[in-house]
This record gives sequence, structure tokens and C-alpha cells, in this order.
Amino acid sequence: MIQAILVFNNHGKPRLVRFYQRFPEEIQQQIVRETFHLVLKRDDNICNFLEGGSLIGGSDYKLIYRHYATLYFVFCVDSSESELGILDLIQVFVETLDKCFENVCELDLIFHMDKVHYILQEVVMGGMVLETNMNEIVAQIEAQNRLEKSEGQGLG
Amino acid sequence: MVVPSLKLQDLIEEIRGARTQAQEREVIQKECAHIRASFRDGDPMLRHQQLAKLLYVHMLGYPAHFGQMECLKLIASSRFTDKRVGYLGAMLLLDERHDAHLLITNSIKNDLSQGIQPVQGLALCTLSTMGSAEMCRDLATEVEKLLLQPSPYVRKKAILTAVHMIRKVPELSNVFLPPCAKLLHERHHGKAVGLPILCFRSVDKRIENWTGTPAYRRRVAHIHRHTRSRLLPLAPPFTSPTLTPGILLGTVTLITELCERSPEALRHFRKVVPQLAQILQTLVTTGYSTEHSISGVNDPFLQVQILHLLRILGRNHEESSETMNDLLAQVATNTDTSRNAGNAVLFETVLTIMDIRSTAGLRVLAVNILGRFLHNSDRNIRYVALTSLLRLVQSDHSAVQRHRPTVVECLQETDASLSRRALELSLALVNGSNVRAMMQELQAFLESCPPDLRADCASGILLAAERFAPTKRWHIDTILHVLTTAGTHVRDDAVANLTQLIGGAQELHAYSVRRLYNALAEDISQQPLVQVAAWCIGEYGDLLLEGNFEEIEPLQVEEEEVLALLEKVLQSHMSLPATRGYALTALMKLSTRLRGDNNRIRQVVSIYGSCLDMELQQRAVEYDTLFRKYDHMRAAILEKMPLVERGGPQVDEEAKERKEAAQLSEVAPAPTESQASQLLDLLDLLDGASGNAQHPPLLDPSPGGALVHLLDLPCAPPPPAPIPDLKVFEREGVQLNLSFIRSPENPALLLIIITATNSSESDVTHFICQAAVPKSLQLQLQAPSGNTVPARGGLPITQLFRILNPNKAPLRLKLRLTYNHFGQSVQEIFEVNNLPVESWQ
Repeated sequence: MIQAILVFNNHGKPRLVRFYQRFPEEIQQQIVRETFHLVLKRDDNICNFLEGGSLIGGSDYKLIYRHYATLYFVFCVDSSESELGILDLIQVFVETLDKCFENVCELDLIFHMDKVHYILQEVVMGGMVLETNMNEIVAQIEAQNRLEKSEGQGLG
Repeated sequence: MVVPSLKLQDLIEEIRGARTQAQEREVIQKECAHIRASFRDGDPMLRHQQLAKLLYVHMLGYPAHFGQMECLKLIASSRFTDKRVGYLGAMLLLDERHDAHLLITNSIKNDLSQGIQPVQGLALCTLSTMGSAEMCRDLATEVEKLLLQPSPYVRKKAILTAVHMIRKVPELSNVFLPPCAKLLHERHHGKAVGLPILCFRSVDKRIENWTGTPAYRRRVAHIHRHTRSRLLPLAPPFTSPTLTPGILLGTVTLITELCERSPEALRHFRKVVPQLAQILQTLVTTGYSTEHSISGVNDPFLQVQILHLLRILGRNHEESSETMNDLLAQVATNTDTSRNAGNAVLFETVLTIMDIRSTAGLRVLAVNILGRFLHNSDRNIRYVALTSLLRLVQSDHSAVQRHRPTVVECLQETDASLSRRALELSLALVNGSNVRAMMQELQAFLESCPPDLRADCASGILLAAERFAPTKRWHIDTILHVLTTAGTHVRDDAVANLTQLIGGAQELHAYSVRRLYNALAEDISQQPLVQVAAWCIGEYGDLLLEGNFEEIEPLQVEEEEVLALLEKVLQSHMSLPATRGYALTALMKLSTRLRGDNNRIRQVVSIYGSCLDMELQQRAVEYDTLFRKYDHMRAAILEKMPLVERGGPQVDEEAKERKEAAQLSEVAPAPTESQASQLLDLLDLLDGASGNAQHPPLLDPSPGGALVHLLDLPCAPPPPAPIPDLKVFEREGVQLNLSFIRSPENPALLLIIITATNSSESDVTHFICQAAVPKSLQLQLQAPSGNTVPARGGLPITQLFRILNPNKAPLRLKLRLTYNHFGQSVQEIFEVNNLPVESWQ
């Protein structure tokens, strides 16, 4: 099970924070900070797996992260998930974002935080992998966006 | 002044524009005030924008709880735009602890039953993220209905929501188990296989109606037939192409969850192992579904999930495992490992092979695959290989041992995650035959490892040394080395363990004290080392000064040097109070071991009599008193320590000594015999109600003699043969058994457990058992586990007797039983015959 998905930039500013297990607000922020510090220490040519910090889960949980340009994508998972599989999942997520936003960059994530959430909801739901086919996901998102647009047009 | 409310993008711009934290807070506070106002009486059409802004602010860490009710209103609205943001808000802001979360149950219910597909999707998503137990119970039927709906999008979401519900409310497993089988029966990787076949069917039709040249037609038809004949064997009965791999993935996840929760579900789903195998086979051999493939591997997520489920189903089950063997071999050999996706599948396969009852050949293949991966250049692969090997080391120890050299090499990794894994695995691989080599490697690692791994490494080494030490001397050397390299990171009981170990190895006293002295002379900062060294010097100072040992170069150690060193420890600011205590006591003990006069020691002791540290002051005053008033007893009190028992509550030798000294200094000087009896009292032999079986053995009346006996005790007594149980009483189905426990460390103590069982048709009630032993023995009864034994083999009563038999007198035992059985009261008094001699000899 995926416990949390965090995206933050090289300075630790959160760009996407999604928890699949309940933590109080202050703890959530602490986790983001702690994770950032852990991940920042890592060089670029060492493995993408980290033992989790003390706040999130404990010894059973791992942090699996990937660094893309200015952003860190961190998935906190427990031992039932395949580590290499999650690495691929992060890639799928990022590629989907790329397709939806056309050459996605950090600014897209900043200004369209809600859209990023909607896309994530089509990939991971309730801490489990829902869909990994990019075309499916993108088709869904586009359908939903069209729906929203048609409602908005009624307003003018 | 009314400032128009910002749009989300503008707000974000402004926040980013803020140069300081304070500025940012100001902007946000202003905006939050706006949002609040707008929630109260703003335009309902724009409400979703306000909430979106609030969610952004929430992500940055600012309070947003006042938006919770807005979420509810937005969810209840009929517009998709509103619902979208409302549900997102619910997932981010609401949770089980707020009562408000229950209010959305109704909206979710409506949306699930009447909403359009995207709305149903939103509702399911929200339910699976923050659904509490009550919500799950209320909405279980709705979700169940959606499981079998035609729309694949909704179905796959419903399936995963079902998994969440089962996690929250395990009883719902019953609801979701039947649909599972149905879902699995229908499928066969729909699109990949079903669609091409459908296409072929329609192509067939068109070929018949085609108006091209006959030759061309024939060629196309031929190709078409050829391809089709290769496909068809795989397919039927394929079904509606609406069953997508997404549903399969969800279904397999759901089945996995069900099987992990209940053994009946596990048995139930073992029947579908052939089908799962078929699906997996199709995935592995077909290359058709390009949509779900990741770098050339066909839907690796589904493959991994199926392998995981097969693992759970095949565990400890011969039949299922057999069905899987061929398939697993096929997957293991055919998967393309040039990319990450293939490796993910391969790893999962290896884990599954090792977990089920696979053939030996397959297991060897699996471990070899892992070994190969250890050499892979990709660090991630190496990490996962190490993790997998760690999982296997318990069950397939010998297979993993073969890769020991590679694992040890991985210790040198610069990557902290990798070296941590390598350390864990190396420690797990230490066994009797490779302990020396491994310890060398691990000790080398200890010297250079990163600080956060030091503690684990040190304690791992110490544990392994304890288990596998080939000789005592090696053991002492190892512990010494650990203490000098990583002294500050060892656990607290390392000191006690080492002193105990040294104390027990009489032949090594001289060697130990010598090495410790040298180590101490070099470095007095590592506290555990200093403590042990101080203790040793105190105990065996005379051996230190004798000066001839075989292995170490003879070094003449002067008395003055030893005293100077201990004083240095006492005065050093690096020494902890406990360490100084050790040093002071050691100095005191040396007063009897050394040949010179004790003026220096007396001086130190009297100086510390006014030390500010309470503990030190007390010790110093007591020792001073010992010098001045009780000098004749000093030698006896400061004799060598008896060997302390392992495992019981930590016996603080210092505390015991001090207690004795303190007690004696208050009492008027008494002759030696009564001092001995006081010692007996003080040592508190009879442990009373604490139930602790360990306690020091009795001392003879002459302390000197007894201590000599005790030092003769073997350090590692051979394990005793278990004393056979004895059936002592049997009447109308009621039986009484005695079991005996005696440990060689405490030959005086005998534990008897009586067990009363009842195989008759009537309950035994008011059961009381009393016992009596001869006068020279001491008996203590502990409370029984109960006084009723239900009929027909119900839970027996057990009761513990403790018998102290220090003089090894012959054991005799008389029992009196009273109970009610078959409506009558029964009383039996009898002596137990045939008590085994091992119980008292």
C-alpha cells in the first residue's frame, strides 16, 4: 500500500501532498520537511530507495523517490509493494502529467495543483494502483475537463 | 474597502511574489478572510474557486478547517465542477476524527446510485481515501452493485474501493467475496486478446465482400488465417472487450486482500490458481497489448500483482505450488531484463518461487538470479537483490551463503541504503564456520562506516560474537575491539556482558586485564571501555602486576602507574559519573591487591569524601570508614567477586558491595561469624513472591571458602536432560500430572507444575490442591490458574510449586486434593511415589 505521495522542489517547497493514511496537519507538514531533508542528502548516482523517517510508518516503510529536474517525486510505500514497480509507477505518473500538460514543468504543477490531484486520482486510488495505461488516464481526464467546460459555458 | 477576490492563479502569483515568510503569511491571511466571507454570503457559482484556493493554502501548511462545511455544500451541488473540488476538499480536509465526515455519506450514496460515471468515480475515490468504518458499512451495498456494472471505469474504481472497505470493516469480506469469483471468471485480458479477434471477425466478413483482385484477396486471406490460427488457441471464451486490464488489476488486488484476511477465502481462491496462471501466461507470451506495456514488458503491474497473489495462494500448499512451477520457470527465463519493468517482474517471480513449495531446481534458479543481480551495475537492482536475499536468509540459509563473498563486498558501497542492507544481510549470514572471517570484515566495516550505522553494526557484532564465538579469548578480543572502535555506540548491557564474560573465564583473567590496561592507557574517553577496564583492574590488579604472559610482550607495570591511570580516569572531565564510580571502587579494591602501602589510595578516597557528586561522595565516605574503623574486615569485603548469574535482573556488584559496607559501618564491630550470617541475610536468597527463578547460590558460613567454590563453577554448564513427567493421580477421568524443571545454575531450586485435566463427562469445580514436603525443604505454592476444569478435555488447571532443596535431601511430596465432581465432593490425600531422583539429587 502506498501511504503518501509527495512532490516538492529542490528547496523543499511542497508542490503536491497526498496522504492515504490519516495524519494530523502538523504531522503532515513535518513529514514533508523530514522527507525533504532525507532526500536532499542523497547523491544522484545512488539508489532510489530510502528507509523512511521516524514519523511516517516506521521500519516497514520505504521511501522510493525520483528526481526530475527541479522536482522530487517521493512515494512512501510499505513492504507489500514491489520497489521496482513503484519506480515504474512514478515514471508513468510523470509521463501522464507530461501528456496532460504538454511538456510539463514545475510551474504547471504550481499553478494547476488541483488538476494534478485529479490526474493522480486516476492513477492511484486509496493507496493502491488503479490504472497504468496512459491513454486511458488521459482520455478520462479530457472527458472530465470537457464536462467542466460545458458547465462553465452555461455561466459565461 | 472591498477588494475583489483573487482567482487561484493570481493568488498563487502573489504568494510566490512574497519575499519573506511574514509577507506570505499576510497575503494568505488576507485571502483567507476573503474566502471566509465569500463562503458566508458569496456567489455560490464561484464557491468552487474559493475552495480551490483554500486547498492550495492548506498544502502550504496553513489552517483550512473552516472549509470543511463548504466541501459538503459543493459535493451536494449538481454541477460536476463543484463536485470535483468538493470531493477533493473532502479527501484533503475531512477525516474520521471529525464528525462532519459522516454528513457526506448521503451525498456519496446519491452520487453512487444516480450520478454520471465521472461523478461515480469521484465518489468512489473519496470513499476509498477517507471512508471510515461507519461510512463503509452504510455504503457497502452501493459499491457492490457497482462492481458488476457494465462501465469498466466505474467497475475498476469500485473494486479498489471494496479493498479499502474490507480493510476498514473486515466483516465486509463476505459481501465482496462472491463477486470476485465472477469477475475473474469473465475475464481474459480483454482488449489484448479479445479485440484483435473481434477485429479479425469483422475483417473476415469484409474479405468475403471484397472487390479486389482475387490474387490479392487470397494473399490477405492467407495472412489473416495464419495470424488468426496462432491467436485463436489462446482466446475462447473471450468476452466483451469492456473488461480491461484495469479491472483485472483491481480484482487481483481485491482477492489478495481477501486472502490475506481470512483462511477460508484463501482456500476458496486456491481454486482459481489455474486461471491466474493462464492469465499470467497470456501476458508473458503475447506481445499484443502495447497500451499497457512498459518498455516492452506487457503490463508489468498486473504481472507483479498476479505473482504476488500466486505467492499467497501457493504458500504451504503442495497442489497449488505444483500448478505454478512450470509457469514460474517460464516467466523466470523469458522475461526481458534489460529494463526496469522486466526486473520488477523477475524479482517478484523469484520471491514467489522461494515462498511456495517449488521444486529444488527452481529454487536454485531463483537464488542464482538474485546472485546475478548482486553484480548488476544498477544500484537499484543491487538494493532489491539484497532485500530479497534478506527475506530468504531464514528459509534458505545455505543457498544464500553461497553469495556471501558478494554480499560482503557490498559493505564497501558508498550508498548508505545499500551498505545498510549489506550489513543486515552479513550479520544474518554469520554462522559457526565463517564467524572469524566475517567478523574481520565486519570489524573493518565498523571502523569506516557512517555514524548512523555504527550502533547497529556494533550491537550486531556483539550478538554474533556471543552466539558463535569459537573461543573465549577470541570473544573477549572481539568485544574489546568493538569497544575501542565504537565504544560510544554500544548498548548499555555490553559492559555487564563483558564483565560477566571475563569473570567467567578464569584462565583469561591475566590476559584480559593486560589488554584492557593497555587500551585504557591509550584512550580514556570511550566510557564502556573505561568502565570495564576499571573493573578488571580492580579485580585482577595483582595479576596485572605479575608481569609474565605468554602471548603479550612482558611489560613491567608499576603499581604507581596503575594508580595514576585510575586517578586520571577519576579526574577526567570526559568520565561519566558511573565511570568514576567504577574507578573509585577499583582503587579501593587495589588496596588489598597491591603490595605497597595504601597511602595514595587513602588520600584519594578521603579527597572524594567531599566531592559534590552524591554517589561518589557516599562511596568515598564508606571506603574511608572502611580504612579507618573496619580495616580488619577490608580484606574480606574486597575479595574477588563471585560469578554473577546471567539473565536475571541486573545485579549491580557495586551496589551489593556498598550495601554490605554501609550496613556494617553502622553496626558495632562484630566477630566474623555473625558478619557471615549478615551477609547471608543481605544477599536475600529467598525470592519470595517475585517469581524470579534466578538468584545467587547459598554461601557457606566462611566467606573465603565459599567464594573459592563458586569460582570453580563451570562457566557454561551442559544443558540438563529433561526430567520426565509423572502422572500421580487418576480418578474417574480426572488426572493430575507433575512436570519438573530444574536448572543447573540453581540446583537448589526445583519447580513443579501440576496439571489437572478432566476427560469425564462432568465438570470439576472448586478444585484445590495442597502440598507438604519434609522439614528440610522449603515449599512455596503459587496461585493456581483457576479452580474449574470443564468436562471432556476442557482447559486444565495449572499450578506452580517452588521447592528449595539446598541440601539435596531426598524429595518427598504429599498432596491433598479437594474438588466437586459428578455432584459429589471428593477429597484425596496421598503421597507421591516414584519421584524421579533427578528432581533432588
